[in-house]
Amino acid sequence: MQTRKKYIFLTFLASWLLLFLFGGDQLRHFSFFSGRKAEARRNWPRWTDRSLLKSFADPEELQRDGDPSLLSPRERRAAWLSVYRSSRCRMETCFDFSRCEKHGFKVFTYPQERGQPVSETYSKILSSIERSRYHTANPEEACLFILSIDTLDRDHLSGQYVRNVDEKIRSFPLWNGGRNHLIFNLYSGTWPNYAGDLGFDIGQAILAKASFDTESFRPGFDISIPLFSKDHPQRGGDRGWLYQDSVPPRKKYLLVFKGKRYLTGIGSGTRNALHHIHNGKDIISLTTCKHGKDWEKHKDTRCDKDNIDYERFDYQELLHNSTFCIVPRGRRLGSFRFLEALQAACIPVLLSDGWELPFAEAIDWGKAAVVGSERLLLQIPSAVRCIHPERVLAFQQQTQFLWDAYFSSVDKIVHTTLEIIKDRLSPHRSRSRFLWNALPGGLLVLPDFSTHLGDFPFYYLQHGYSPSKKFTAFIRAVSQAGSLSQPILRLIQAVSGSQFCAQIVVLWSCEKPPPPSGKWPQTTVPLTIIQGRRQLSDRFFPFEAVRTDAVLSLDEDTSLSTSEVDFAFLVWRSFPERIVGFPTQSHFWDPEQGRWGYTSRWTNELSIVLTAAAFYHRYYHSLFTEYLPAGLRELVDELAACEDILMNVLVAAVTKLPPIKVTQRKQHKEVVAQQAECRDGAVGTPPPGQRSPSAPHSAPARVKGTAGSWRFSQRQDCLNQLADWFGYMPLVSSQLRLDPVLFKDQVSVLRKKYPSLEKP
Amino acid sequence: IMCASAKYNTRGPALIPRMKTKHRIYYITLFSIVLLGLIATGMFQFWPHSIESSSDWTVEKRSVHDVPVVKLPADSPIPERGDLSCRMHTCFDVYRCGFNPKNKIKVYIYSLKKYVDEYGMSVSNTISREYNELLTAISDSEFYTDDVNRACLFVPSIDVLNQNALRIKETAQAFAQLSRWDRGTNHLLFNMLPGGPPDYNTALDVPRDRALLAGGGFSTWTYRQGYDVSIPVYSPLSGEVDLPERGPGPRRYFILSSQMALHPEYRLELEALQAENGESVLILDKCTNLSDGVPAVRKRCYKNQVFDYPQVLQESTFCVVLRGARLGQAVLSDVLQAGCVPVIIADSYILPFSEVLDWKRASVVIPEEKMPEMYSILQSIPQRQIEEMQRQARWFWEAYFQSMKAIALATLQIINDRIYPYAAISYEEWNDPPAVKWSSVSNPLFLPLIPPQSQGFTAVVLTYDRVESLFRVITEVSKVPSLSKLLVVWNNQNKNPPEGSLWPKIRVPLKVVRTAENKLSNRFFPYDEIETEAVLAIDDDIIMLTSDELQFGYEVWREFPDRLVGYPGRLHLWDHEMNKWKYESEWTNEVSMVLTGAAFYHKYFNYLYTYKMPGDIKNWVDAHMNCEDIAMNFLVANVTGKSVIKVTPRKKFKCPECTAIDGLSLDQTHMVERSECINKFASVFGTMPLKVVEHRADPVLYKDDFPEKLKSFPNIGSL
Repeated sequence: MQTRKKYIFLTFLASWLLLFLFGGDQLRHFSFFSGRKAEARRNWPRWTDRSLLKSFADPEELQRDGDPSLLSPRERRAAWLSVYRSSRCRMETCFDFSRCEKHGFKVFTYPQERGQPVSETYSKILSSIERSRYHTANPEEACLFILSIDTLDRDHLSGQYVRNVDEKIRSFPLWNGGRNHLIFNLYSGTWPNYAGDLGFDIGQAILAKASFDTESFRPGFDISIPLFSKDHPQRGGDRGWLYQDSVPPRKKYLLVFKGKRYLTGIGSGTRNALHHIHNGKDIISLTTCKHGKDWEKHKDTRCDKDNIDYERFDYQELLHNSTFCIVPRGRRLGSFRFLEALQAACIPVLLSDGWELPFAEAIDWGKAAVVGSERLLLQIPSAVRCIHPERVLAFQQQTQFLWDAYFSSVDKIVHTTLEIIKDRLSPHRSRSRFLWNALPGGLLVLPDFSTHLGDFPFYYLQHGYSPSKKFTAFIRAVSQAGSLSQPILRLIQAVSGSQFCAQIVVLWSCEKPPPPSGKWPQTTVPLTIIQGRRQLSDRFFPFEAVRTDAVLSLDEDTSLSTSEVDFAFLVWRSFPERIVGFPTQSHFWDPEQGRWGYTSRWTNELSIVLTAAAFYHRYYHSLFTEYLPAGLRELVDELAACEDILMNVLVAAVTKLPPIKVTQRKQHKEVVAQQAECRDGAVGTPPPGQRSPSAPHSAPARVKGTAGSWRFSQRQDCLNQLADWFGYMPLVSSQLRLDPVLFKDQVSVLRKKYPSLEKP
Repeated sequence: IMCASAKYNTRGPALIPRMKTKHRIYYITLFSIVLLGLIATGMFQFWPHSIESSSDWTVEKRSVHDVPVVKLPADSPIPERGDLSCRMHTCFDVYRCGFNPKNKIKVYIYSLKKYVDEYGMSVSNTISREYNELLTAISDSEFYTDDVNRACLFVPSIDVLNQNALRIKETAQAFAQLSRWDRGTNHLLFNMLPGGPPDYNTALDVPRDRALLAGGGFSTWTYRQGYDVSIPVYSPLSGEVDLPERGPGPRRYFILSSQMALHPEYRLELEALQAENGESVLILDKCTNLSDGVPAVRKRCYKNQVFDYPQVLQESTFCVVLRGARLGQAVLSDVLQAGCVPVIIADSYILPFSEVLDWKRASVVIPEEKMPEMYSILQSIPQRQIEEMQRQARWFWEAYFQSMKAIALATLQIINDRIYPYAAISYEEWNDPPAVKWSSVSNPLFLPLIPPQSQGFTAVVLTYDRVESLFRVITEVSKVPSLSKLLVVWNNQNKNPPEGSLWPKIRVPLKVVRTAENKLSNRFFPYDEIETEAVLAIDDDIIMLTSDELQFGYEVWREFPDRLVGYPGRLHLWDHEMNKWKYESEWTNEVSMVLTGAAFYHKYFNYLYTYKMPGDIKNWVDAHMNCEDIAMNFLVANVTGKSVIKVTPRKKFKCPECTAIDGLSLDQTHMVERSECINKFASVFGTMPLKVVEHRADPVLYKDDFPEKLKSFPNIGSL
């Protein structure tokens, strides 16, 4: 009986369930369910005949896409040229691409005219361009032109306002209606509405302007730049203020603002409201009425109290101690505090409606700033409170990356502007948005090298690639002509013995031709000989012959064993963006002389790995040759002593990390020895690049000591010149060396993978 | 209120046991009754006019032809033309959206009506299949609301997908009489085929005032950046044809053009390319001599060869997408579906969803002027990149092109991201295909920072009751120069920690934290007392590490702040016999883990361990009282993709697996347990994140022939 009841019950249950599933919708309409009717969500109806509906367009219509228009494509493009001008300029209508085809992207700056006042900031911009690798002195070659007239401050009430620009421009024979010109501007318009007016006709020129508003911004044509002060450093630039990654952000304040409150006029709407969110605890929003001469005239009841509160806090202290910083519009849309907050790792909360954010064509600001709406100011506190601590940490790090990559110096701001324009010239050889927004930043990634992320040393982890499993041994040979020295033969043997060696490339840097192929040792891997020039910088030329990601750079007299090479290569695969090598040196600050010192002695630290025996990524050859300006390479060739320092400085500037030293079986010879040039017996022609300081070189063997110290001081000089050029000292020191796991442990040698590294 | 879906399926179907024969009759009767009931409800469902209601919504089972008819008087108002200067802050009313914890906009859909003019002539096709699909998708999405007063965005049901299928003036009038029109504020219109002959404007010609336009085929002159949304032109073939994904790699043709109505000038240029490069370029056209019944849209011809469309697209590496009369082309969708890399030749075209999608990763854009150079430009792209673009193209189609639903949701998400930018979807989420999302890591500590030495580290000692040994550890660790604080985690609830006066006197603050439960995870809790970035986790019996070794460990951690830097190293191995992972503590040449009995790591990983540990690992570890260190190794490796750093030479450590008290047996159970942990964690993580390396870190001058007193860390490696 029990079971039967159970069955009946179950069946009823099942039938009710079924009824609900299939007929629920209908039942709901019956009277006893009418109470629920109001609650039910009224969705878009499932039309009974929905499958019979016609498509929005007949397939034929979609594929044929209308009638061919009256104008042919060529005619249409020609017609565009006359229609889309000035305020509707786009690259395809206002820029002459053909100027950039023959000589590539070259930038010409108009010569300075006498008696023409140029502000400090504008001369920094001009010198940034002149320092760039794109600069040309020949207007015939140029693709882009920069005026010598200072157009930064176009507020006609300002002292730096240049008059009669229109007239001057029209007298330039190269002006050409502004085509292919780039005009920089920081301030435009004036009281009371601070409109975008420049006070002259820019014609078809590209405008790189601060405080750009989205309405007058010509997308894909103009460039929005940040507002920066006249004290902004020319190069290098201060680093960001984030020294530690803490979660949750261990900061005193959540959100701060300290600035002027405009009582009237444009921008006053937002500034007037900022005091509402002040809570005196973790949100500090301080305003002062004091600005301009006649502020007391407009003064309201808050002013006196606000002014007192205002003085109680220090702006710098707030910047340092807050997680978020409000960056509201001022009279204009952009403000200095944007870059200040960025540097301080105080996440900018932007309240500047309609501001075209700096370099937004490249930079994804959503990763580094909170783009708020002026109208929703009062929601800002709760919105930022809801941001998860992990996200805050990511934001903070991104501000630091962006600051350092694109904003910390005038050079960077100007070069970013140029690179963005260059990227437009050939879209298929340009940086993807990812590249601009990931370390080490777009300026250090050359799309001419490759557009594939896997070809660069920086993105392996982010994209799940791994560096190639083989390396290329790259030997620079300078030995006596005619025959091969013993060391180079031994070296070739040792290197080709490595299971990871894919090929050996010898750069023959002697004037004498290399020995015939029969004289070279037989190796299991292909051996290529390249006839090089004499310059030292030549060894970092991006030779086509090098086909693997990893390069093992060697001097001919370097002595390495196969297991050293094997182990070092495995280490490099863990650190593909760094230089991994054997002999090292280090730099230090010499406070007595007030300059950088350099030492090759044994120390507890290292910051330079000699490229006489080092692994690094092939991409650094391209960076060295194409990214660095020719002047630096000339410097290195002239001093003939420090191409490896330059390489180390470059890699450190890119990665911000020290190089890595690995176990080395025995000490390598003092580097001076390798400088034995390809002398032909006693009668030697000094290499052209070394002519000037060649005196001690005439007999290097005899006066080794002097030569050593001469070379030493050369290298020290070089280091200081490089630090000067970069604007800071990029080298970073390390206190460690990587050894095999069981290195010199008290275990049986049989257990060890690299026993030979331990032999004295 | 939002959790309505939870009402369904709370209980699975009940199993009915086998019936006895004598009861069968009852059940047959019962089932017949149920069946009858079901048939009856079924009749209701498919009886279109059975239930009439005053509301348009309460009845869902209706035909499109039954919607109310609205007559538009000839003089009813027409909205202003679209305002080119509109931006979110000028034309959009954000106050309607408000702040809400979910950060989701609310979208309302107007009910469907049929609009006719004064003479009863219909203004447009009531609704197309695609627009109905789009509205259905919105209605089913999280964005939807049926409460017009709570809505932030309004979507008219007036179908303007195809401008050629409607009457412009009257459609505009229909917009103007919508109940919340208000100059089009916060209204979103979807249009795929804008313009009409002969000019083919690039945006919908229907006057629409301030309404947002999701348009297919914008040019840079009509697109209001940050206001409008550029959408694809949907290709109905997407739904009809199933093209299975084809692995990336070289294909039969290099360049393929499949469009039918190309301008003769373009066709000439393409033919020139073909003449130059031979068979790797294939230029198809419509077929002229197809037999009846074969749909012309599904065939393409080259001379006398007939190809199936869109299947033929899969035979080519690159597929040309040229502008026609309009900029937006449905063929783009077909090309992406075929995993063919689109070569887009349409000057001034705003690519679909360009606000969020990185088209450089999936396509090649070539200026019209440069068409003659197309072949060499494409040849210069590295093969590996082409393969990635093929994958990316297919992914874009799957995620954003394949259905009207995908298009609708991406559009709403873009608008949502503008309104709640602090909750916006990231670049990676929009652009990375699932395969990349799986294989890549995004290191939370990505900025290359070397933390200042002055910060020091906090030593966290987990202890239960070994007071004597604990005190020795405290004394030893306190000698390390960079120690800034010592935290003792007292994990014994049954016993009080020793009195304050009994503790060793050390130069740095010493704090004791008492825990509520004896759990291993207490060791990794992000205590507020930890004020430094660096944490040294150390067991209460690790007394053999010298001050130099610990200080050096800290220096190494500073150079690798995103890694675990520890002393005893361990390895995981694949056991080919058992077909699973095995734990290895022997003297090996490789390491993949360090024990957290003595390891430095970033405090951030304490947060991750406590709050973000995947699956049930955290509880599992607490329950088994083992493997918390392996779990930490997995966690860090998984999130950073990097290996551990083992520092300094091997020493004799007093740890469970080194001192087998009871001979081999304990040792072996321990090893078995640890191996199990690795297998368990690997299955929870879905991958083996640990990285094997062959190196360890030593001081620069370790064991070098150099005076010991001049070395920074002389006392290293003593046993």
